[in-house]
Amino acid sequence: MRRWWLTIAIAIAVAGCAPVAALANDWGMGDSNSRIPPSSVFDSVSTPAHEINTLAFFVVSITTVIFLIVAGLLTYSIVRFRARPGDDGREPPQVYGSNPIEFAWTTVPVIIVLVLILITARTIYTVQAPARPPGALSVHVIAHQWWWEFRYPGLGIVTANELHVPLSDLQSPTPTFLDLESADVAHSFWVPRLAGKTDVIPNKKNSMWIDPHVAGTYLGQCGEYCGTEHAMMLLRVIVEPRADFDRWVAAEQQPPALDASVGHGRRVFESTACVNCHTIRGTAADGRFGPDLTHLMTRETIGAGVAMNTRDHLKVWVSDPRVMKPGALMPAMNLGDKDLDDLVAYLATLR
Amino acid sequence: MAGSIDHEIALGAVDERQSLPILGHIHEWVVTVDHKRLGIMYIAGGLFFFLVAGLQAATIRLQLAVPDTGIVPPQVFNRLLTMHGTAMVFLVGMPILTGFFNYLVPLMIGARDLAFPRLNAFGFWLWFFGALLLYFSYIGGDGLYGAGSAPDVGWFAYAPLTELPFSRGNSTDYWILSILLTSVGSTATAINIIATAFCLRCEGMTLNKMPVLVWLAIVVAFMMLVALPPLSAAQAMLLLDRFLGAHFFDTQAGGSAILWQHFFWIFGHPEVYILVIPAFAFASEIIPVFSRKVIFGYSVMVAASCAIAFISLSVWAHHMFAVGMTPAGNSFFAASTMLVGVPTGIKIFNWLGTIWGGKLRFKVPMLFNLAFLFQFLVAGLTGIMLAVAPFDWQLTDTYFVVAHFHYVLIGAIVFMIFAAIYYWFPKATGRMLSETLGKWHFWLFLIGFHLTFDTMHFAGLRGMPRRIYTYQPGRGLETLNLIESIGALVQGIAVLVFVINVLCSLRAGKAAGNDPWDAWTLEWSTTSPPPEYNFAEPPVVRSRRPLWDLKHPEDPDWKYE
Repeated sequence: MRRWWLTIAIAIAVAGCAPVAALANDWGMGDSNSRIPPSSVFDSVSTPAHEINTLAFFVVSITTVIFLIVAGLLTYSIVRFRARPGDDGREPPQVYGSNPIEFAWTTVPVIIVLVLILITARTIYTVQAPARPPGALSVHVIAHQWWWEFRYPGLGIVTANELHVPLSDLQSPTPTFLDLESADVAHSFWVPRLAGKTDVIPNKKNSMWIDPHVAGTYLGQCGEYCGTEHAMMLLRVIVEPRADFDRWVAAEQQPPALDASVGHGRRVFESTACVNCHTIRGTAADGRFGPDLTHLMTRETIGAGVAMNTRDHLKVWVSDPRVMKPGALMPAMNLGDKDLDDLVAYLATLR
Repeated sequence: MAGSIDHEIALGAVDERQSLPILGHIHEWVVTVDHKRLGIMYIAGGLFFFLVAGLQAATIRLQLAVPDTGIVPPQVFNRLLTMHGTAMVFLVGMPILTGFFNYLVPLMIGARDLAFPRLNAFGFWLWFFGALLLYFSYIGGDGLYGAGSAPDVGWFAYAPLTELPFSRGNSTDYWILSILLTSVGSTATAINIIATAFCLRCEGMTLNKMPVLVWLAIVVAFMMLVALPPLSAAQAMLLLDRFLGAHFFDTQAGGSAILWQHFFWIFGHPEVYILVIPAFAFASEIIPVFSRKVIFGYSVMVAASCAIAFISLSVWAHHMFAVGMTPAGNSFFAASTMLVGVPTGIKIFNWLGTIWGGKLRFKVPMLFNLAFLFQFLVAGLTGIMLAVAPFDWQLTDTYFVVAHFHYVLIGAIVFMIFAAIYYWFPKATGRMLSETLGKWHFWLFLIGFHLTFDTMHFAGLRGMPRRIYTYQPGRGLETLNLIESIGALVQGIAVLVFVINVLCSLRAGKAAGNDPWDAWTLEWSTTSPPPEYNFAEPPVVRSRRPLWDLKHPEDPDWKYE
């Protein structure tokens, strides 16, 4: 009887999942993500995350030992003192308390807590208060609903959603300091393998630092609920050896190459509302509300990590961003087919 | 059946009740000022919203079962999580726990009612209409222009997301006003409980002879008096921002987003203890009775609870380790937070001391209670991890935190609410809940709870933030989330078993008699359910366990206390 009931339940569950699976479209992100190791907080590759890890290991060890002792005592006493069949029904001896025992199990936790407090304070000061060395790179991070703007003040570069930083050597560290500001509501900058979160709060200047010592791509995302598309405010940090980073900087500093074959697409861009929100250096477009598109095609993803950056996806995005990201603040552009194709062809030249 | 007929006769109301038409019954409940009826109304109301907000949680888990489902759109999801959180705290936790104190405090101190019965009814109806107002936002949230919507700003409603430029329509106003109303109701109840416990104790019951539950009710009431006003004040300021152009939290005009966070958490952290201390109170009554032993270290238990209350007023900014406080500020709040661990540990040890050397009877209330002990231990230890500020920079606002506070709110509080319902249901209704269904309920709920919330810790450690309406595949989160959702389904089935148990037992449960658990506090000395006046004669007590003295005249408690 019970089997039969179970079979029906499983059938309903499977039938329920089928349309769900059909709905799902990850715009190529699943493949891309699975080539990057999961963002485990314990898999640290940068000093702040590493310091946290060392402390976390210590705390988790202590709490595990406490758990084993107390849960062991609880289990033992539950088994040992259970009422047994054939019990005489008399009440057990009544014990009202014991001051020495109370004293003992107050003192031990106090000592543990004191040790934890001291060790915690030490790590707080190590991570929060380092001096900014002269060779450090500074990046302004400006959080928007729902994307990240990265400005490199010394280098004249503006990009979005994918932060490029140089690899830091343990011997001669070249850390990157992030100055965090918000354009609208509270956000939080979080790349678990590099550092803990720091909130990005309007009207408040926060900063944090990272010194990644393994090259690669690290996934992160907004850590503070910031409205409709909080879930899709993703970011990537791309850590490159110094030489590669310098090449990237040099390329970003150039204006995009002009390609005569996409002149019509460019005119579409410059004659529609695109220019109010986006900047493309060397053109009339100098909006600041949306991401800088000067070197759009050097980025792996679009829409703050919602889709892989391909021509097909760009076309979907431009014609109506809400297909991919229902809460996106960019409006549907309502372009004709030809204009849309030409516009996307133009965007595809922005390297 | 004989028992139930007995109690009808004891009530002396058989004829009158049978002659009342249904409207008359409803009228009786609406105009009542009886603390027992109001207590039951609080608990029933709370359980109703528990089902509603639970279904909202189930929808959240359905959406997150696999990546990119798109079952609910982002904004609907954000409303779900906001309403789930707000409702579970203000429309479920608060009323159920207030309801138990309403019901039990007068009975346990041998009083005939709370000190201010009308204020009590006033508090209940404020809560009731406040609760309706919150859910009415689904219809009225957009004012006259739109289809209407509920608030989607999260239950702690961080500024400036709640300001007009980011939250149009009236959804946030519904959130503010409904919580403001229920807070006023809670304040009224708090005053009432303090006045009752201090002024209406029966002869012989000194403060030192009150049951632990009554002590903790006083502690909770004082915390409500201190913690709720900052929230109400902040909500009033937010209303001024939204309607009169004030700039308290309006960052675009120079206001402070951090100020809201301080106000909210000065309320918000004590609120956690306002919810969990009643769970301690239930445990301190249930563990002794089912271990057949007096509570170990009565005065230490009371002192530890007072210590928790005091310390919990100075820990609020541990919710804000990531906002960019100074290292000194972070160190202070890390230290104060860890200190809470000491009195909390003392409580667990004293419960262990009570169990030690007893004769444990594993009835359903005790099963829930034992699970509570383990789960609260885990919740406390993950709490220590979160108190370590640098570790919290990684963990805050992730599923690790979601797991931690659900371990507190479900693993400790909901488990103890179920324990308390199984324990006092016979007193309130005169009928026992079914042990068989109760055991099904317990084991299913236990399994579901651990499937869902144990795995959430690991999702958080793998970088999954809370409050996201979906997550992408390929990030190592799929399996964990699927297990969480299956666990939610199992918990849902368990709650269904509970509802069936309550409905069936109300109609045809075994008669309870006055004292089904062979317990020791005063409420078990009167009939089940107790008459409107509680006790025919005001009781006189000589110890903390008056019924023990009665049952063991050869070895009464007052010789030792």
